Amino acid sequence: MATRLKETDVVMLGVGLVGSIVGRELTKAGLEVVGLERGEPRYTVPDFQGPAMHDELRYSIRKSLMMDAAKETYTFRNSASQTALPMRRIQGFLPGTGLGGSAVHWNGQTYRFHDADFRMRTLATERYGKDFLGPEYTFQDWGVSYADLEPYYDRFEYLLGVSGKAGNLQGKKIPGGNVLEEPRSREYPTRPMKEPYGSAMFRKAAEGLGYHPFTQPSSNLSEPYTNPEGMTLNTCMFCGYCERYGCEHFAKASPQTVVLPVLLKDPKFKLRTGCQVQRINLDSLGRNATGVTYIDGQGREFEQPARLVVVGLFALNNVRMLLLSKIGAPYDPASGKGVVGRNYSYQTTSGVNVFYDENTNINPFMRSGASGTLIADFVSDNFDHAKLGFLGGGYIGEVMSHGRPIEFHPTPPGTPSWGSEWKKAVVRHYNHTAVVSTHGSSVSTRYNYLDLDPTYKDAWGQPLMRMTFDFPENDIKLSAFITERAAEIAKAMGGKQIAASPRKRPYTSTQYQSTHNTGGTIMGLDPSTSVLNRYCQSWDVPNVFVIGASCYPQNASYNPTGTVGALAYWAADAIINKYIRSPGPLMS
Amino acid sequence: MQDESFPSDPGRRRLFLAVGAAGVATALPLLPAQAQQRAAPEQAYIFFNPAEATFIEAAVARLIPRDETGPGAVEAGVPNYIDKQLGGAWGAGERLYRSGPWQQGAPTQGYQLPFTPAELFRTAIRAVNQEHPGFAKLTPKEQDMFLDALHTSTKDLGGVPSNVFFESLLEVTIEGFFADPVYGGNRDMTPWKMIGFPGAYADFYEYVDKHNVAYTAPPTSLAQDANGRIHVHIELKRK
Repeated sequence: MATRLKETDVVMLGVGLVGSIVGRELTKAGLEVVGLERGEPRYTVPDFQGPAMHDELRYSIRKSLMMDAAKETYTFRNSASQTALPMRRIQGFLPGTGLGGSAVHWNGQTYRFHDADFRMRTLATERYGKDFLGPEYTFQDWGVSYADLEPYYDRFEYLLGVSGKAGNLQGKKIPGGNVLEEPRSREYPTRPMKEPYGSAMFRKAAEGLGYHPFTQPSSNLSEPYTNPEGMTLNTCMFCGYCERYGCEHFAKASPQTVVLPVLLKDPKFKLRTGCQVQRINLDSLGRNATGVTYIDGQGREFEQPARLVVVGLFALNNVRMLLLSKIGAPYDPASGKGVVGRNYSYQTTSGVNVFYDENTNINPFMRSGASGTLIADFVSDNFDHAKLGFLGGGYIGEVMSHGRPIEFHPTPPGTPSWGSEWKKAVVRHYNHTAVVSTHGSSVSTRYNYLDLDPTYKDAWGQPLMRMTFDFPENDIKLSAFITERAAEIAKAMGGKQIAASPRKRPYTSTQYQSTHNTGGTIMGLDPSTSVLNRYCQSWDVPNVFVIGASCYPQNASYNPTGTVGALAYWAADAIINKYIRSPGPLMS
Repeated sequence: MQDESFPSDPGRRRLFLAVGAAGVATALPLLPAQAQQRAAPEQAYIFFNPAEATFIEAAVARLIPRDETGPGAVEAGVPNYIDKQLGGAWGAGERLYRSGPWQQGAPTQGYQLPFTPAELFRTAIRAVNQEHPGFAKLTPKEQDMFLDALHTSTKDLGGVPSNVFFESLLEVTIEGFFADPVYGGNRDMTPWKMIGFPGAYADFYEYVDKHNVAYTAPPTSLAQDANGRIHVHIELKRK
């Protein structure tokens, strides 16, 4: 029997990046907010301190900061004709858990999407015609434009203190920055990061080929910075323990370093950790949320009534929460009808290794999560797709983030996977290999989707979420094209040998590729093809807002976190300035 | 069923003793007098029985051999690392989803066996040792052929496909070679020194833009004190 608690204005599901930002905005606006976090409380001091934090086995391999598959995981299959099976170890991506969520152990690569990403259906149709891709492709407009989100990107970047150099300041192109970016209203808060050796060789090669290299925008900071919340961040030390780790130096922007301490001091905010939300409760007509039911760390069940429910979980878990709560019609791939779970997309990545002679010291361990140099010449719709037969794009860059040897020990093609030859190759190439990465968009199709698994359950007895995914033909073509361009740059980087690996089917859940799982609770302008309206508000239950990469109707070329942050401020603004004044649907 | 923790075949037992005397770690039940006469074993296994230890030591010596580039997996203490991992939480299935139903799927769906890592190793090694009790006595070339056969076939090892066992063994061998020495492998950080990885040291701000610098400072462990000693046992400071 659930214990019924006192009603609150807002219950926030998940206290990660979204929960911290939205929690802060709503409490500042005078609302009482209860934040429910399934994981542990954790802080830079003492939890992320060195040298214990510099433990590749514990944090990278055993994934100590992330979702515990023993309690909760996902099932996976490549197509609806297969039986989905549980990911018994989570290997393909890194769902966060615990206070601060995955923004504790991210790399800090912080980008803005293009208008061509937000208005993909409209702009691609204008440029390439209505039937450029087949009917199985379900990419669509977000219902917001770049211009709508620009002020919110700006707020987010100034919260984090992002290090970079503008390439397009209010329309004025600035050499040295990313001249192909959308216009930004002001310069980055902090100057660009230092450039490692491999990145410098990439820059020279890319310039030689006529491209426009620039320093990666980084939320590991190049210099000390105090943000508008009064939080001060330090200079990144290039320790090489960034993604999969918490930052000991207060140098990586994370909820803990940019906003949480301020939020936690506000008496209007109540944090409860170890709370596993089971479902959002609805009234008898299913039109209004009445709060949530959760189970605490001792196994006790509580009902937390609330006037407004904000869902800010890991993207995949946002989708699962709506399915478990029966909010919105679940997507059915057979009929193409229904919306929750529709348009699951991912990220299409590949790599090219550049093997150097033994006098070239790449020093892969001298890296920051988001240091490096890249080009945007093939991002989004920055290049003509008319003769290429695919849509979308990707960046190409030397953006290595570490040289931790269990994960990183590159060998040339043809090297055996064990034995003396393998060992000699590892010793020979470890410090003399640069990696050029491609990071490409992922188009949505009618066949890739999320729903509840009919068989497997979590530790609380709730169905796991089932993922049905394989790389669409469009993205295989994209990867072939962009990996060829990357290989051309790699060849010009002065190595002795290169090895390119374009992305191939089938998608495998056993190999880490990216934690950029998107879609499933997508935003849009039409309730028959989206779960949320343009303010991230549920079409069906207007006192439920869902914020995260699950809102993306398809995934874009760049890393998604900048847009998650922008959407958090955008939605918080809509809640405060529109919804609270007149509770109800913000669009009809 | 024969108790495998102490093989009754005297020939096999002598092999263990010979290996132990050579300074490679095996735990042997010694009488106190004998223990005093001999140097203490370098390490004691908490998980592997002698037959298992013999196989693991011989196998990892081929996966990462000692050669002109430096010590191999045995010299780096990898069997000790694997033993401690299998005997601890990871071996018992930490962070592993263990609910049924159990069914084999496509390779893209990953590991789908009901075994914990500890069960998987014990089961597979038992089957290997039953079929080829003399693995450790084979020539290196023969051992390589045997391991390659494990790698490339799905032969049933008591319910564990041999390729799954091989891949698990290779994975933990590489972990033990390169993980911080506090976990019992990577002895003296020699594997890190071989490749030039600085370990737990974590400040390269002054070096990162000095391109092509040859970084030669010795690596550090996360359990190392100011004098370079690696503390496996924490020395509590008491007033």
